[in-house]
Amino acid sequence: MKFLHLILANLSRKKLRTILTVGSFAVALFLFAFLAVVKGAFGRGADIAGADRLVIINRISIIQPLPLSYRDQILRIPGVKSITHNNWFGGVYQDEKNFFPQFVIDPENQRQVMSELIVPDDQWQKFVADRQGAIVGARTAQRFGWKIGDRIPIKNVSYGTSGTWEFNLDGIYHSEHTGGDETQFWFQWDYFEERVPERFKGNTGWYVLRLNNPDDAPRVAKAIDDTFTNSSYETKTETESAFAAGWVKQFGNIELLILTIGSVVFFTLLLITGNTMAIAVRERVGELAVLKAIGFSDFSILVLVLAEALLIALVGGILGLGVAMLAVPVLGNALNGLLPELVLSPAILSLGLATALLIGAAGGILPGVGAMRMRVVNALRRV
Amino acid sequence: MAIPVIYNLRSVRARWVSSIVAVLGIAGTVGVFVAMLSLANGFRATLVASGSNDNAILMRAGATAEMMSGITLESIKIVQDDPAVARDSSGPLITSEVVVVAPFPLRATGTNANVQVRGVSANVLTIRRNVRIVQGRMFQPGLSELVVGTNANKTYSGLTLGNTVDFGGGHWRVVGIFDAGGSAFDSEVWADARVLDDVYKRPTNIYQSATVHLTSPAALQQLKDSVSADPRLNLDVFREVDYYAKQSTAMTRLITVLGGLVAFVMAIGAVFGALNTMYSAVSERGREIATMRALGFGGPAVVFSFLIEALLIAFIGGVLGCLAVLRLNGHTTSTINWQTFSNLAFAFRITPGLLLSGMFFALVMGLIGGLLPAISAARRPIAVALREL
Repeated sequence: MKFLHLILANLSRKKLRTILTVGSFAVALFLFAFLAVVKGAFGRGADIAGADRLVIINRISIIQPLPLSYRDQILRIPGVKSITHNNWFGGVYQDEKNFFPQFVIDPENQRQVMSELIVPDDQWQKFVADRQGAIVGARTAQRFGWKIGDRIPIKNVSYGTSGTWEFNLDGIYHSEHTGGDETQFWFQWDYFEERVPERFKGNTGWYVLRLNNPDDAPRVAKAIDDTFTNSSYETKTETESAFAAGWVKQFGNIELLILTIGSVVFFTLLLITGNTMAIAVRERVGELAVLKAIGFSDFSILVLVLAEALLIALVGGILGLGVAMLAVPVLGNALNGLLPELVLSPAILSLGLATALLIGAAGGILPGVGAMRMRVVNALRRV
Repeated sequence: MAIPVIYNLRSVRARWVSSIVAVLGIAGTVGVFVAMLSLANGFRATLVASGSNDNAILMRAGATAEMMSGITLESIKIVQDDPAVARDSSGPLITSEVVVVAPFPLRATGTNANVQVRGVSANVLTIRRNVRIVQGRMFQPGLSELVVGTNANKTYSGLTLGNTVDFGGGHWRVVGIFDAGGSAFDSEVWADARVLDDVYKRPTNIYQSATVHLTSPAALQQLKDSVSADPRLNLDVFREVDYYAKQSTAMTRLITVLGGLVAFVMAIGAVFGALNTMYSAVSERGREIATMRALGFGGPAVVFSFLIEALLIAFIGGVLGCLAVLRLNGHTTSTINWQTFSNLAFAFRITPGLLLSGMFFALVMGLIGGLLPAISAARRPIAVALREL
């Protein structure tokens, strides 16, 4: 620590260069955080899916319906705690650009099964009593500036007739999990059945059920699928995380793409730092030789050079991650509707800082060792 | 008087380590920039290529995608007699279609992905003229037979010629493979619309869309007018190419916004790298510069010379970056198309225009990275710089 002053003096001898190197670090760490956040957003559905939940869809495909009469049969299977059914609505609010998922829900059971999506009790009671009621996720409400009590028109042509459906916003739900899905729009099953033509009635899009014990998942899933084999609506039951992961996989190689960009960035960064440190040491060969001549050990010279590199990395890293912390919420709002919520977790921050220090050390070690090894006589002779 | 360019070439070579670092920084940035844009470009091109200028697609009024549309046989019968619809010896050129999705295992991962299955009329090839059968034959009307697009054939296991696959509760034989010229249809599987309707237990005589071949591209307006004037019809008419272009906007926007942001931040990093290199070039060569100025080269000549050097580095970086991503051209990847809930294969598409904008981007970075150091080089007092060790 007593050499801190010396390190600082060294760093400020070429202020501009120090600033630029710190800047490079900050930029790289900002990108690191941003890419990690985007990658997380793509994969989060699978990460936070309830381990004790199963999703049942029509074996043919997700867009084929399942009969509502399955509900009681499924409930009889041992291990099933509660079950709810949802339908995809696919309506448009004002413009196609304003996409958010709308589900027709079963108000009786939705809260038991989706217990992590929290609606205040008074809002929920109001919703249940209101045939045209709707509950919306906090993120979608914020995106369109909706308040409780607003009347929301949604155009829909999927179910037989073209027309606008009017909803009263009765409540807003929040997710217990950071970055959980707060974009859904829920409304009442009864209102839906009342308006759609006969052929859509008595069917649901999918079921979600909650198990007594997550370990039962494979057994219950098999029991459900076996119950309905050879019926005209065969089922496919999987855990919620497998279901979510299936969608993520269909996004294609986003992960590979992000990792590739990340490595390009880091490789470049490593070169920049290593180069800057090398230049800095090269310029000061004489000074370092003098230090050695007056009794500094080889090791302390190495420490001096390394400490300089690490300090640059630390400051740059903190700066970059700090900017990312400020920018991610802004970007998240700009991308609302295009991507799930962006969350900058402490894990990403600490991983970023550790990476920065590692790169700093890697960049400083070569010139440091060079400085440690150089012979005083040669260095002093060279001007 | 200008300083000879050979001086810059030699100086770049003399400080090759810093030069390479700056070159790589710019190359990486340009590479990411061009790759992202080509991805968005490829996605859009794939969808746009699916549409044809002299085709029109009809859907229920207000529907934005086939999935949410419905159109009755009676409406189709009214539309097909419109004078704007082309005819051949077999009758009007109209295909009434249904789309469903079916899960098939991806060859790459073994996991299921949704494939769009399109039920079409038997005369579809006379309407979609960019589609042709390259192996096997067209399906026979009334039979459970499939023709699969080239990308679907390559991407999913089981969709090979002669194979029998089960989906939707039916057994289907793959009898042909079609090439749709790199459009979205290449990711699809086609079957007879009536058979598909039957197997999927959809209501009969309700299709999701109809596509007609127009007598000429200009006949679209005529068709639109007569459809909107007919009180029996509640349909929207789009030019096929416009319909598909619109489908690509959300994904294109996502890729462009994300890619643009990443490239922009990387550009800042690359400019820092270039600035660093150029500043150390200037500070190491203080005496050289002073000597040149003492010899009579003016300030502007020095600025110009350093700018040339920075631009040279940027140019090499840009070329390297472009060359590196050029390998991606035509590389096929796939993603989910939320409009259809199904997987869509598309290729990175690098155009000369994209490469040019990549080079332009590189030179702008070089200019920004070189200008300040160049000016500071020219501003140094000669006497002081000469006295410096």
